[in-house]
Amino acid sequence: MHVPDGFFTAPTSVTTGVVAAVGVGVALKMSRRELDERATPMAGLVAAFIFAGQMINFPVGGGTSGHLIGAGLAAVLVGPWTAVLCMSVVLVVQALLMADGGITALGTNITLMAMVAVVVAWALFKAIHALNSRSQSWLAVSAAIAAGLSVPVTAAVFAGLFAVGGEAPISLGTLLAAMVSVHALIGVGEAVITGLVVGAVASSRPDLVYALKGVRAKAQERAEGASTC
Amino acid sequence: MLNRFTLVALAVVFVIAGIVSSYASSSPDGLESVAEDKSFMETAKDPINAETPFADYSTKGIDNERFSVGLSGVVGVAVVFAAAGGLTLLIRGRRRDDDHAETAPATTSS
Repeated sequence: MHVPDGFFTAPTSVTTGVVAAVGVGVALKMSRRELDERATPMAGLVAAFIFAGQMINFPVGGGTSGHLIGAGLAAVLVGPWTAVLCMSVVLVVQALLMADGGITALGTNITLMAMVAVVVAWALFKAIHALNSRSQSWLAVSAAIAAGLSVPVTAAVFAGLFAVGGEAPISLGTLLAAMVSVHALIGVGEAVITGLVVGAVASSRPDLVYALKGVRAKAQERAEGASTC
Repeated sequence: MLNRFTLVALAVVFVIAGIVSSYASSSPDGLESVAEDKSFMETAKDPINAETPFADYSTKGIDNERFSVGLSGVVGVAVVFAAAGGLTLLIRGRRRDDDHAETAPATTSS
């Protein structure tokens, strides 16, 4: 969903630039809580994986392809604030080094893929995971569903933003339908990749998964409580 | 920091970016195809850095397409890993400072 230069008006690009700067600034501060000794190499790995994953376009039919966004994957593995940073680093490197996504569109791309996608995926994940938080497999499944849904939702936000600040006069309804339908398909790919990766990390190194920290802490409390009875 | 998990994971990531990437679909992605279909793709401008050595995921000066894409992927992964890793190290450094400041005993009297 990398937006090129020229899609949005200058005021819109400036506004999303400010939103992105504020968001990243807040994430820089808030991510401190998420970053313990183990998490540090994870953040680098997650960002690297997302960069690599975004290169792998998969066909979704109709001569169209899609690729991983990775916001939900990142949030579950390293926490939502660190995820904002990982996604932002990927987007900045893509824009500057690969000319993938316009530089003037960087604010828009960060707002959409590093902020909206992360918030939506994390919120959905928390809600869905809570339904069966003790199940090991439910972690990967809820991450998959949350990530999958975050893609068409982010696409819808793009459509809304375009209706307000896009350079071309496309009707919101038309754009919304087109963007959401194709990104719902892409979301399936996102869900599959997210589920597989989260599942793999959670089964080999659950101590490295941010989303399991609360579960581990509670299990520890229970164990300690039981031993003092 | 460079434990087995990290090394294996990095290896996998490099393989994805360096080898699998050149087999990826080259069809336009969701946004591009909607933009073409609804005729607003023409508002897109070429990026000002369209001439960077790794623009569009091909490496300038390398004719073999697979190698060109693969090399750009490897370089990109290395840069992202270093940048994200370095950033989080910096942030952790600040957190340690905060933690120390909170727990430092008051040594006012000498």
